[in-house]
Amino acid sequence: MSEVKIGAYICKGCGIGERLDTDQLEQIAAREGKAAIVRQHEFLCSTSGVQSIQNDISAGDVNRIVIAACSRRAKTEAFRFENVAISRANLREGVIWVRPDTEEALELTQEMAGDYLRMGCAEAKHMTPPSPHVESTTTREVLIVGGGLTGLTAALEASKAGYRATIVEKSGELGGWAAKLYRRTPHRSPYTDPQETGIADLIAAVQSDANISVQLDATITRTSGSPGRFFVDIATESGATRTDRFGAIIQATGFTPFDANKLPELGFGKSPDVVDQLGLERLAREANGGPIKRPSDGKDVRNVVFVQCAGQRSQSEGHLPYCSGHCCNTSIKQAMYFKDANPGVDTTILYTDLRSPGNGEDFYRSGQKKGVIFTKGVVKEVVPENGVLDVRLKDLILDEDVAIRADLVVLATGMVANSGVNIDAVPLDADKDAKPGEAHIEIPIESILNLDYRQGPDMPQLRHGFNDSHFICFPYETQRTGIYAAGPVRRPMDMVQVVDDAAGATLKAIQALENAGLGRAAHPRSGDLSFPSFRREGCTQCKRCTVECPFGAIDEDEKRYPIFNESRCRRCGTCMGACPVRVISFENYSVDSVGQQIKAVDIPDEFSEKPRILVLACENDAYPALDMAAMNRLEYSAFVRVIPVRCLGSVNTIWVTDALNGGYDSVVLMGCQKGENYQCHFVKGSEMAHYRMSKIDDTLQQLQMETERVCTYEVAITDIHRASQLINDMAATIDRIGLSPFKF
Amino acid sequence: MDDLNLAMRDRYRNNFLQEVEANVEEGEWAKMCMQCGVCSGSCPFGPHWDHPPQEIFMMIRANKREEVLSSTSMWLCTSCYNCIVRCPREIPITHIMHGLASYAQRLGLAPKEQPTRKFGLMFWDNIEKNGRVNESILGIKLYFMNGFKEGVKTAYKMAPVGWNMLRTKRFNPFALIPFLHKRCKKRSDIQAILRKAQQIENARTVRFGTAGG
Repeated sequence: MSEVKIGAYICKGCGIGERLDTDQLEQIAAREGKAAIVRQHEFLCSTSGVQSIQNDISAGDVNRIVIAACSRRAKTEAFRFENVAISRANLREGVIWVRPDTEEALELTQEMAGDYLRMGCAEAKHMTPPSPHVESTTTREVLIVGGGLTGLTAALEASKAGYRATIVEKSGELGGWAAKLYRRTPHRSPYTDPQETGIADLIAAVQSDANISVQLDATITRTSGSPGRFFVDIATESGATRTDRFGAIIQATGFTPFDANKLPELGFGKSPDVVDQLGLERLAREANGGPIKRPSDGKDVRNVVFVQCAGQRSQSEGHLPYCSGHCCNTSIKQAMYFKDANPGVDTTILYTDLRSPGNGEDFYRSGQKKGVIFTKGVVKEVVPENGVLDVRLKDLILDEDVAIRADLVVLATGMVANSGVNIDAVPLDADKDAKPGEAHIEIPIESILNLDYRQGPDMPQLRHGFNDSHFICFPYETQRTGIYAAGPVRRPMDMVQVVDDAAGATLKAIQALENAGLGRAAHPRSGDLSFPSFRREGCTQCKRCTVECPFGAIDEDEKRYPIFNESRCRRCGTCMGACPVRVISFENYSVDSVGQQIKAVDIPDEFSEKPRILVLACENDAYPALDMAAMNRLEYSAFVRVIPVRCLGSVNTIWVTDALNGGYDSVVLMGCQKGENYQCHFVKGSEMAHYRMSKIDDTLQQLQMETERVCTYEVAITDIHRASQLINDMAATIDRIGLSPFKF
Repeated sequence: MDDLNLAMRDRYRNNFLQEVEANVEEGEWAKMCMQCGVCSGSCPFGPHWDHPPQEIFMMIRANKREEVLSSTSMWLCTSCYNCIVRCPREIPITHIMHGLASYAQRLGLAPKEQPTRKFGLMFWDNIEKNGRVNESILGIKLYFMNGFKEGVKTAYKMAPVGWNMLRTKRFNPFALIPFLHKRCKKRSDIQAILRKAQQIENARTVRFGTAGG
């Protein structure tokens, strides 16, 4: 890279000019920050302000710019310049809005602003403008794994958006479970009667679409590469294998029905007249609108009982702990199969909590109008007796044990995700778990994607075996960039939700392959051009980066050096925080670019009674929380210097050690909520940071410092009052325990 | 009356819900309850009911015919309409409760000693005889509803109120004297109307009963 030419631009708008001595700031930028050009502007984000910056860039006078104005989260459109590295010194939200406008506060406020300018210049000096590393042209082809409703919908959505799609289906026909239904729960007004599944039309549409190719009886034997250039080996039943290139992958592998054989207490397997919901669909298809017959003797069913939550929403061993979401509506639909053919058939639905999502409430009401009886109760057992089924339950409303005699019992069993191998599972010692005299049945799980990744052949699972990275905040996103989960493999859902899901995942896949083609990051740092690289001669092959990367972006070469797959990378920097020898860096974000900011802060000597608190705040949640605190004019200590980090996972402990050695009195880390209900944009970043910081106490004790000086907090974006309070608390702590002994 | 009860029981055999739908005022709503319990929680008398409305609906579906119809619960309804206002399914619960009470009375299953029922019968008797309500007689009768001793006690307790009412001309002592209190004109016509209505209702019960069976 050519010589560093820093341009510092100080805005005087939004009250900055009135509150701060900008001439002094200009001097700091020029003398200490070594800025070649320093300009002040009354209103920097105005057209003339932006133009003045652009003119300097175009003239080649600057290649690093420091914008000393508002928070980096404000005016991002105005201050977007090509081919330069940009640093933002936050004088508005970071200084004047959190400080009182009084004569006595003036000195400390001005010092704060001066430090932010020094930090901005230091950061700019150690950044390089990122440039895209385009490895190839865009691959406008999406691989869809699974040919059920999700896969078919996704393929059509991709085709409509102008992309080619390939469906790989393990079985010999398209349609999945949806094709095995007699009718589906209504998805159109008035939501009162079961409707045609429409699967045949969907299959016909897929087959006649020139943009979609279908591989039946096919599996994926190997997936390598990264978004934009996935190379996938597709093996067909005939034994032939072909390798195709895809831009992105949608995993729509759906679900397997819960094995009802695990429910002998509910009579499954003991009587042919106890079926699961798919079993009833089969009977309904056979009846085809006529009276549904009992499997045992072929007589018309006169009395049918539906048992909800069979083997699900239960903490019992071998049961599913979650709700599968569709089964209440499905049972109402199936009860209508009977009632619509003959209102004289008694249909009873036994539930504990009837859940009818979507427009199911209307459907539920319709079921009641048709005379379906709903009884709130827990079924204890189903006993076959002389050709009749005795359903014994506890009625939860009347609080008594009762029995219902039925010709047919339908169990609403749940969905088990077809998510492949659980790569995080600790291999169990099978002998230890198996109880004596009890056969240990374990269905061998085959990998679905056979990823050629160092981190394992399938995607990590979020909870209960479902592939997702976060059910709520980031739907469809998984922990493998460019591979998106859709449909019941993501979370349990019904057909209406599946269709939405397929469209959403397809758009995500298209974004991913387009971004990969331009060398840009996908969600959540969408559009980021920087990517990690490492200094090979310094690497000790410790593999910590490959293990800790939340997205499996890093492979290893034959000599155990890391290989960074840039388009798999989400640019969180967790690898950078992990590296004990600090050889990993991004062009515009590195151990140096932050470390030099820490060093640039002016540390007053111990006699001036001015402590310095370093705050490393996650730019996704904690930093905006502090910005919002500023918008609410919540004041906090003037001794604090906040540096935004991409993720708390990118914090290298050297920053903390250097800061304390350099005379800071305290370091506060603010990351997102970790653990089971994490809110970290990079899944594991905050957790890694907390783990690493739990080890920092040893270092502090070596330095003869109080452990209270370093604190790690989980701060949500809504913690507006708390974030500023945490800073003030730390200022109070320093007041109590005294200044750091490392002031020089 | 007992015959009607037996007839109805036989007609509907094991389907009390159908019996309620066919014979009880607004009974066709009973199947629409979704057991949220808002009615029971809203009822000011809720804690005093043996079976709050939510439970009554469940018992109807669970075929508990005798228990429902001989229950004192629906007789406790004061028609405050809290349940109707709050029911998310917009079920006319108050009307159904009165409907059930009235049906139980028709079948002879209503609890004999239930005070609301006793008062209701007294009111009916009063209005049928006079063609209009004689509040003085009705009030005094109410005092003596549970025997002579209790009646004297209640009357004694209420004496100051009665005295004040007398002074403010809210109470006419002459209305207590037979032949002096006012009756409506042509009360035989009213009695004929009431007889006819009773006839129609009985006929309807039998007719619907047969159809429903």
